[in-house]
Amino acid sequence: MNIGNLLSEIKGRASLSKTLVMEEGESDEEFVFREYKVARRSKVLFIAGFVALFMVLLGYKITLGEYDIGFVEVYETLWKHITGTIDPNSKIELMNDNVVWDQRLPRVLTAIVVGVGLAAAGAAMQSMMKNPLADPYTTGISSGALFGATLAMTLGLYIVSGYYGRVLNAFVFALVPALFIITLSKWKKPSPAMMILVGIAIMYIFNAFQSYMMLRADPNAAASVYTWSVGSIGMTTWEQIPIIGIISLLGFAALFIMTRTLNALNSGDAYAKSLGINVDRVRIVCLIIISVIAAGIVSFTGIIGFIGLVSPHIARIFVGSDNRILLPASALLGACMMLICDIVSFLIIGATLQIGIVTAMIGGPIFMLILIAQQKEVW
Amino acid sequence: MTVKIEAKGLGLGYGDIRIWNDLNLEIAEPGLVGILGPNGVGKSTFMYALNKILEPTEGTVYLGGQDIRYMDYKDVAKTVAYVPQQSNETFAMSVLDTVLMGRYPISGFTTSEEDVKVAIRCLKMMNLTDLAMRNFNELSAGQHQKVMIARGLAQEPQILMLDEPTSNLDIYHQVYVMKLLRDIAKEQGIIVLVICHDLNVASRFADRLILLSNGAIVADGTSKEVITAENIKNVYGMDAEVVESDGRPYIIYHVDESVRMGESPAYEKKEVP
Repeated sequence: MNIGNLLSEIKGRASLSKTLVMEEGESDEEFVFREYKVARRSKVLFIAGFVALFMVLLGYKITLGEYDIGFVEVYETLWKHITGTIDPNSKIELMNDNVVWDQRLPRVLTAIVVGVGLAAAGAAMQSMMKNPLADPYTTGISSGALFGATLAMTLGLYIVSGYYGRVLNAFVFALVPALFIITLSKWKKPSPAMMILVGIAIMYIFNAFQSYMMLRADPNAAASVYTWSVGSIGMTTWEQIPIIGIISLLGFAALFIMTRTLNALNSGDAYAKSLGINVDRVRIVCLIIISVIAAGIVSFTGIIGFIGLVSPHIARIFVGSDNRILLPASALLGACMMLICDIVSFLIIGATLQIGIVTAMIGGPIFMLILIAQQKEVW
Repeated sequence: MTVKIEAKGLGLGYGDIRIWNDLNLEIAEPGLVGILGPNGVGKSTFMYALNKILEPTEGTVYLGGQDIRYMDYKDVAKTVAYVPQQSNETFAMSVLDTVLMGRYPISGFTTSEEDVKVAIRCLKMMNLTDLAMRNFNELSAGQHQKVMIARGLAQEPQILMLDEPTSNLDIYHQVYVMKLLRDIAKEQGIIVLVICHDLNVASRFADRLILLSNGAIVADGTSKEVITAENIKNVYGMDAEVVESDGRPYIIYHVDESVRMGESPAYEKKEVP
């Protein structure tokens, strides 16, 4: 059985509505209504499945490391820390708490919020631009953010000085490709392919300036910027996590509110307008939210590719294209994929490699497999 | 109550290209109104203006006496439903979910049971309940068209506008759809505006026909007043015989050497008045 058939089989078996039979005395309408309810329920079950997978991966990831700690102990420790019931006289409990909460959780939480933010941004962007290849990376938004943050880190050029100067720099430069896309879509009515090609061109331009700055910068600064820029989740601290978490989760919430509108945009601008949607305004708001998410993530973790692109496509196979379900499913899958990549890098390489490298190594082949195996009906 | 459509001094275009200048039209009576005219004459553009999809360059449209410029997009959508010529879905949903999209202006964030029931009723009208849970992309062009009509009906509008709703349908479904639209217009007392290229189908079912050509309304009235050999010759450049059946005019085309690509009056570049 090839992968395409396997995906269809999984989808078919999981879609409970396909096994329904019309009952005696049931009208066409009643049967369809029952089918619809069962189909909705099966999608909710998929989300529940993703939550379960997420919980397993989260616990398992925290067990990995020099210090030995079991899966159940991880959750016990987390629970005790949250409820403030760690026994101060128990050396094991204190040690477990230190390892789980202080040493391993920041990395894991960063992976989760980054996965949620990037996948939600990717799903929203694909619907908004009617393009299966759209995500913050392929549209140049992440590269703009990276350029802005690098300006601050190598040349000390801040729009506003201070702790958040790097984030603001990233946001302002992330807006450059976003504004370019908005202007282009209003002025030229570009095809989906043209939009992505323009995004890739912007990405190359920013990358060129980024490389130039790195070459001109002090070698030590350039080395640290390079390590950060290829996607790193190991450098975030407990002080930074609330910031990146708020940006990512609020961004997700804002996009989730727009999901019904995104469904309509997927049917084309003219039809969306006929439904009472101010298409231009929605697109601007959506791109600003995506730019904030990309800027927040990039300025703390560098560029992490493929999560925003791949997660929505995998989620779409299981829950369909209704953004009200697709967005949370993609976000959960994004978090799971980040955890899987981090786990795989630890298990295979034995060390925690820059996550951006691993997501590309794993995400690239997965994306190719999906593209090759994909059957038309999934999109 | 019927929501009246009025276009006053309407100017429409795309950039430097002028499609309409000073177009004046009133549709006040409920019924099926057919918009006829050659390709590229601006029928869809005119529909876009009635729906606030396209902003006029001059003049305005009044819906139920209200100037559309001062109406919120959402209020326009609660009054007018639009069924596009072609489906344009990138990430297709199920057929039922696609029809449920028509409930957007009416319902909230979540889909209510009432929404689902209305959508299923509209699918039933189009004889599509068997396909309700299928993916929209798996359907044929004709089935797409029927789903889009069901989606327009699910919006429960006071004015329903359809851009060539029968172009991909077989003759049975062409007749079925036009009859359904005429009955809906009659029963609900609404205006159903249909762009149609099949003059005989339009003549058979429409209560009023509006024939457009080169930036002007050439004829406006009953099918007997609009479907005449002279109008067909002037607008399409075709010799046609008009015969009558069931009190409606029908045309029989005379296809001979005189029909050559590029020789229709529709190709004549006239100054838009």
